[in-house]
Amino acid sequence: MADTPKVPTPPPFKAFPGKASVAPPPMQAKTAPTPDLNVDMPVIALTAKDFASDQDVRWCPGCGDYSILAQVQRTLPELGVLPHQMVFVAGIGCSSRFPYYMNTYGFHTIHGRGAAIASGVKAANPDLSVWLATGDGDGLSIGGNHTLHILRRNFDVNIMLFNNRIYGLTKGQYSPTSEVGKKTKSTPYGSIDYPINPSLFALGSEASFVARTIDRDPKHLQEVIKRAAHHKGTAFMEIYQNCNIFNDGAFLNLTEKDVKDDNIVFLKQGEPLIFGKDKNKAIMLDGFTPKVVNVADVSADKLLIHNEQDPILANILGRMSEMEGFPCPLGVIYAHERPTYEEQMTEQITTAKSKGLGDLKKLLNSGNTWSIN
Amino acid sequence: MANEAEVTQSGSNGHTAPESIGQRPKVPITLLEDVTIRFAGDSGDGMQLTGTQFTNTTALHGNDLSTLPDYPAEIRAPIGTLYGVSGFQIHFSSKEIHTPGDHPDVLVAMNPAALKTNLGDLKKGGVVILNEDAFDEKNLKLAKYEVNPLTDNTLDGYTVYRFPLTKITLDALRDLKMGTKEGARSKNMVALGLVYWLYNRPMDQTLEWLKSKFGKNAQVLEANTRALKAGYYLGETAELFNARYEVKPANFKPGRYRNIMGNEATALGMVAASVKSGLDLFLGSYPITPASDILHELSKYKNFGVKTFQAEDEIAGICAAIGASYAGDLALTTTSGPGLALKGEAIGLAVMTELPLVIIDVQRGGPSTGLPTKTEQADLLQALYGRNGECPVAVIAAKSPVDCFDSAIEASRIALKYMVPVILLTDGYIANGSEPWLVPDVDLIPELTTKRRTVKSDATFLPYDRDENNARPWAIPGVEGLEHRIGGLEKQHLTGNVNYEPANHEFMVRLRQQKVDGIVQDIPQTEVLGPKSGKVLLLGWGGTYGAITTAAERLHSKGVSSAHLRWMNPLPADLGEILKNFEKVIIPELNLGQLRKVIRDKYLVDAIGINKIQGLPFTPQEIITAVEQYL
Repeated sequence: MADTPKVPTPPPFKAFPGKASVAPPPMQAKTAPTPDLNVDMPVIALTAKDFASDQDVRWCPGCGDYSILAQVQRTLPELGVLPHQMVFVAGIGCSSRFPYYMNTYGFHTIHGRGAAIASGVKAANPDLSVWLATGDGDGLSIGGNHTLHILRRNFDVNIMLFNNRIYGLTKGQYSPTSEVGKKTKSTPYGSIDYPINPSLFALGSEASFVARTIDRDPKHLQEVIKRAAHHKGTAFMEIYQNCNIFNDGAFLNLTEKDVKDDNIVFLKQGEPLIFGKDKNKAIMLDGFTPKVVNVADVSADKLLIHNEQDPILANILGRMSEMEGFPCPLGVIYAHERPTYEEQMTEQITTAKSKGLGDLKKLLNSGNTWSIN
Repeated sequence: MANEAEVTQSGSNGHTAPESIGQRPKVPITLLEDVTIRFAGDSGDGMQLTGTQFTNTTALHGNDLSTLPDYPAEIRAPIGTLYGVSGFQIHFSSKEIHTPGDHPDVLVAMNPAALKTNLGDLKKGGVVILNEDAFDEKNLKLAKYEVNPLTDNTLDGYTVYRFPLTKITLDALRDLKMGTKEGARSKNMVALGLVYWLYNRPMDQTLEWLKSKFGKNAQVLEANTRALKAGYYLGETAELFNARYEVKPANFKPGRYRNIMGNEATALGMVAASVKSGLDLFLGSYPITPASDILHELSKYKNFGVKTFQAEDEIAGICAAIGASYAGDLALTTTSGPGLALKGEAIGLAVMTELPLVIIDVQRGGPSTGLPTKTEQADLLQALYGRNGECPVAVIAAKSPVDCFDSAIEASRIALKYMVPVILLTDGYIANGSEPWLVPDVDLIPELTTKRRTVKSDATFLPYDRDENNARPWAIPGVEGLEHRIGGLEKQHLTGNVNYEPANHEFMVRLRQQKVDGIVQDIPQTEVLGPKSGKVLLLGWGGTYGAITTAAERLHSKGVSSAHLRWMNPLPADLGEILKNFEKVIIPELNLGQLRKVIRDKYLVDAIGINKIQGLPFTPQEIITAVEQYL
């Protein structure tokens, strides 16, 4: 501007002033033959590598996030969706760096708001496969409201909530899933905050799919990711994840060889909830109260059989993880499809258009008009 | 009344009485150039509806007009109270006008509270039409009248017409078997009919409207129809009025017109931007007064592919819009001041990720919850600066209800051309006010070009590459070969990769600023009304256009000119030169001097402020009085 001569002019924008190389990443050889979004299966099989970006992964060595990233990259080739048809959205936090490491479209947004942004992406283009990486702080503290609302609206978005029960990126404060009494940097006398149970939160938010899994069981993690991907509607995955820097060993009872079998019950549709090192324990219901029983002591028809579509049972299983003397249920807790937000939105638009496409000229000239000659 | 012309004119020309009744000689019709009427009553009395009906009829008659609704924040404030008064003012004229009028010529007061809160605004010698049935002990007490104003000297100096409007209404509906309370609801129609008669206006438009509104409820339709006619015939038969008035059609440019409110124009402008850009429109919004009507309006246009998303909060509203922008829609979020505060962080994300986004702030009285239903211009600094970091945002302001249409298109055009968020400031006054609109020729609205990239190019794709306007490409998810990651962390030039290097950060901060500054090339020359140099330049922005222009027009002969800003950031390139041509720069604003701060900062001009912070627009006279002390 003419009268602001003292403002220094930026360097010409093409001439980069710093030392860093501005060389763009080399283009990966693309195997996908067609840009058509409606094609389900790629002709040439993709591998995990096709979903990995060229960026260095910068989580702490030993972090549980590495396993989650690896299982996602291993699972995606089996889904028949090509990298350019996928968008990974994230909020802020350790988990939320996830999109940078995926060779898909990606959006690292702002703290807590990933769910809202993912909703907008899906509404704008329902053909995209949309994923959300979030954490216990991002998704249940600052972004709790948005998590609630994406779940009840049922956008077809796959949510991976990494639950490490601590704030990692801000260096070790307690999180909304931290246990009472926890001593952290911000709670030297122990936390007095009562924790939220993510899976129960999701069920209470009318989620149509809720599953729980853990970073240290790659096979199970892959199965849950696959189930979530195939679920039409918001798929909520609570993924227990070890933060080896600020909350190491939070899930030892679920990962250590000698105890994990007694502490985990894997949920399988239509099958009894049997667990224990010797597969000799099971769950049965006494009214609405679950009980641990010895398989040998109870006739098979009395055992609790898993039914993913039973919302009452889902609440019992969601709660069980924190009940003394009970195993933690891992697997699909609840899955019951209902119409997604975006398909209903699209339907309203299609119906309206079928009754006559919008005509701008007509619209502007509508209402009470008069002419002056 | 203003500017009385010839006094005798037969009332028989044109469309006067729908049915000829009575034997009385015709009341002569006086021609007036312009008239301001204020309808005031309890917030349950239907004053907004009454005013809107009078407005629509007046628009069809061909007058230029400008309206000002003024209503309480409570949906149904306690009946009869001073703070429950709802008002609607209309200024109509046979000449071009820019404001809803300084002081009403006529006040229709449906109860004591309405009289008390509005009488002070009435022109000396003005007409008061009131419902004397409402002046009972209870209502007088609620209005804090110790003595009935109908019996003391309160109304001395005014021309007062007292009618038992409630009784007249109930009499007209006697055989309809409606309850007293229900029947009395139609008394606003009696008042409307009376004013129609007084201003020689036909009832047809309102009769049609009643049919479309209450067609399914025969009794309510009949009640309102009878009430309207009862009011009209009351004027004709009461033998109280010795004159009727007429305001001839204004001399408009030829074309098709409609009366339009600002929020409606904003919504239509966004639909037009969607059509002209070939993009689906996505609105993420959380209801807030006085912006909600844009959401309501746009939610109707599904046949245009408009997607409206009522979000869980203001933040989700803008974030969903940002997501939709990333995925290739024309994205919009609408709000008012408190909501803009909540959206601040997300606007920063749109600045950092360089995504096109239109943010509409319909300003209201602040701070905090402030005055939700009143107008103010106090969000300018928030729009310009209300974010963390060096975070430049393009800001445009609409000047009138009609201008909301053009401004919405312009905001969209710039957002898409430069890949930036654009804040459009309107305000409660122009959002709810209305004026005649010369409907534009759709074919003459230019297409909006976008930076969308939907095919893979041969060259390696750089998401933060730049065109000649410093705009980056808009690569839409779903396109093979353009996969990329964006986010709120600082970007490396060209690649868009996360980068923390000091030199890169400074470079990118300057680049984003340079990009927004560069929008100046799209801003036309500033129009100066009146002498191009001289004593005083009245500089304004936004919804004060009408009042400032009217004031300046009346002061041109005394060396006062005016200029009005549309773009608030960047400011037009010629503004600095223009300011230097005047001895004094006076900036009227409905705030404590926010534009004045910006002008002083940028041009080192010692601008003088005229500042009003009452939740109400300026009247031209207020500006004239304030300016005259500097002449």
